Amino acid sequence: MEEKLTLFKNRKRFGIEKNIDIIFKNTALVLSSFVAIILLGIILVVFFQSFESFSRYGLNFLVTSEWNPVKDEYGAFTAIYGTLVTSFLSLLITIPLGVGTAIFITEDFVPKVVREIIGSFVELLAAIPSVVLGLWAIFVMEPFFRSFFVFLHNFFGWLPLFSTEPTGRNSFLAILILVVMLLPIVTSIARDTLNQVPKKLRNAAYGIGASRWKTIFSVILPAALSGIMAGVLLALGRAMGETMAVTMIIGNSNAFSWSLLSPGYTISSMLANQFGEADGSQVSSLFYAAFVLMILSLVVNIFAQWLVKKFSLKY
Amino acid sequence: MNSLYFQRRLSRNIGDKFFTSLSVICALIAILPLIFLVTYILIKGGSQITPEIFTLEPNPPGDDLDAGGINPALIGTLIITTIASIIAIPVGVGGGIYLAEYSKGGAFSRFIRFGVNVLAGVPSIIAGVFIYALIVSTKILFGSMYSGLAGGMALSILMLPTVIKTTDEGLKLVPNELRYASLGVGASMYTTILKITLPSAFRSIATGVVLGIARAAGETAPLIFTALFSYYYITGFGDLFYEMGSLAVLIYNFALEPYDAQNKLAWAASFILVLSILSVNIFSRILAAFTEKTKRV
Repeated sequence: MEEKLTLFKNRKRFGIEKNIDIIFKNTALVLSSFVAIILLGIILVVFFQSFESFSRYGLNFLVTSEWNPVKDEYGAFTAIYGTLVTSFLSLLITIPLGVGTAIFITEDFVPKVVREIIGSFVELLAAIPSVVLGLWAIFVMEPFFRSFFVFLHNFFGWLPLFSTEPTGRNSFLAILILVVMLLPIVTSIARDTLNQVPKKLRNAAYGIGASRWKTIFSVILPAALSGIMAGVLLALGRAMGETMAVTMIIGNSNAFSWSLLSPGYTISSMLANQFGEADGSQVSSLFYAAFVLMILSLVVNIFAQWLVKKFSLKY
Repeated sequence: MNSLYFQRRLSRNIGDKFFTSLSVICALIAILPLIFLVTYILIKGGSQITPEIFTLEPNPPGDDLDAGGINPALIGTLIITTIASIIAIPVGVGGGIYLAEYSKGGAFSRFIRFGVNVLAGVPSIIAGVFIYALIVSTKILFGSMYSGLAGGMALSILMLPTVIKTTDEGLKLVPNELRYASLGVGASMYTTILKITLPSAFRSIATGVVLGIARAAGETAPLIFTALFSYYYITGFGDLFYEMGSLAVLIYNFALEPYDAQNKLAWAASFILVLSILSVNIFSRILAAFTEKTKRV
């Protein structure tokens, strides 16, 4: 009896054990605040580096397209326009394709095994580095589409979008390679959201006599809309910041043109091309462009998070 | 009576047929190029692989027919990714532990989780720009400018959100009963975390981290003006402070060369990069599926 009591004797923690516990907790706290420090650091550093250029050109930087290191004149309109046009147009192509594919692999048109294989294959593709896609775009896609671009120019040349003679690399190819990059993202997010829509909703719709596609359009897609929208916005953020594949195929020209068949520029390809060799006020202007890119992608990302929170599935 | 039978001509059935074929067409347009892309990379790249590629230095581009090998870039990728992991894994796992185990859902942890998502969406080239401003242009690392070390730091910024997220989510899946049991027998908080919760979440965390490393290994944009590129063998520890090649930057540089020999080297490097990234992905997927099955039993 005596022995058992000593076994359970109340023992206070040693001071050292308490201290380790406190140190451990605080280390974890500090490590987690690193995220905030890095994020704020990025914003502050890029902002202060761009300050010289900002104070000289102000908001004119955004609407002029002169980029002349010799005369020290800088304006990023061509790059900003290129970033917006390539990302929005690529998204416009990706959304129907991606959502259509997602519907195909969540409905029971083909056996489950086939659908799962397609689904995981699409997810695997998101892992392919963009520089490899760029290499593929240069050597396979560009020759493949050359005659198509000539056709576009010959028949639709009266449209400003196709008004220039196609010569090798151009913005249209950048849009196409972005579609290849965004498809896996949009498809897999749309697929996950569609899978999360409860079976009950579908059965109820079938039960009152709705056909399959009536059910998809009036019940399932509306229920999944917020998730799909968030996926689309994430893809938009990715498209804006995408650097390598676009840089390799867009042609990198600062001459502004409405035509998709002429070489173009995006902010990130401008950074990738010029950062290594820039000096003087060009560096500051590049930082200014980087700041614009960062703000664009931050806005898109924060909006996507807000959307998810606001409209997450209510079923 | 006839109305009970399936009628092909009804507008709703015609519409259904139409949309079904539309979605099949979408899937075909989406998937066929992707299949073509992967097979092309594997075949075209695989056919350039020779044993010398793994051991030689790349020759500087010229009308030289022999392009050499990719040994420095291969080793460089391994070193830079290792540096990134050494920085990102402890910070990320520590941060994830705080979010999952200590925080009580207050303003701070909500802000950090929000920050993790935002950081995950920052374009990768911005990480390069940041490290350039912070480390390369200030020569803060013992006077060296472009270096493998700076490249590793840039990559670690991209890995960090992935590591935090997977740790946070992995730990949240550990049932609370385990924590109560451990704390109930008198274990302190850090013992509980290190000996009970972390080990039981180990597999899901490891999978996420490995996938994050694989993604970082293929990143190019943060490296092109932090680690730059080098044609020479990596011989010793001191090389960390100098320009360092990597597979990704090698592909970028050599794809834009007008010479056939360099382009072939880029294909070979792509093959190695894609094959290793895909096999890591497939392997961890199989492992995850396997764990799920054993858990259900």
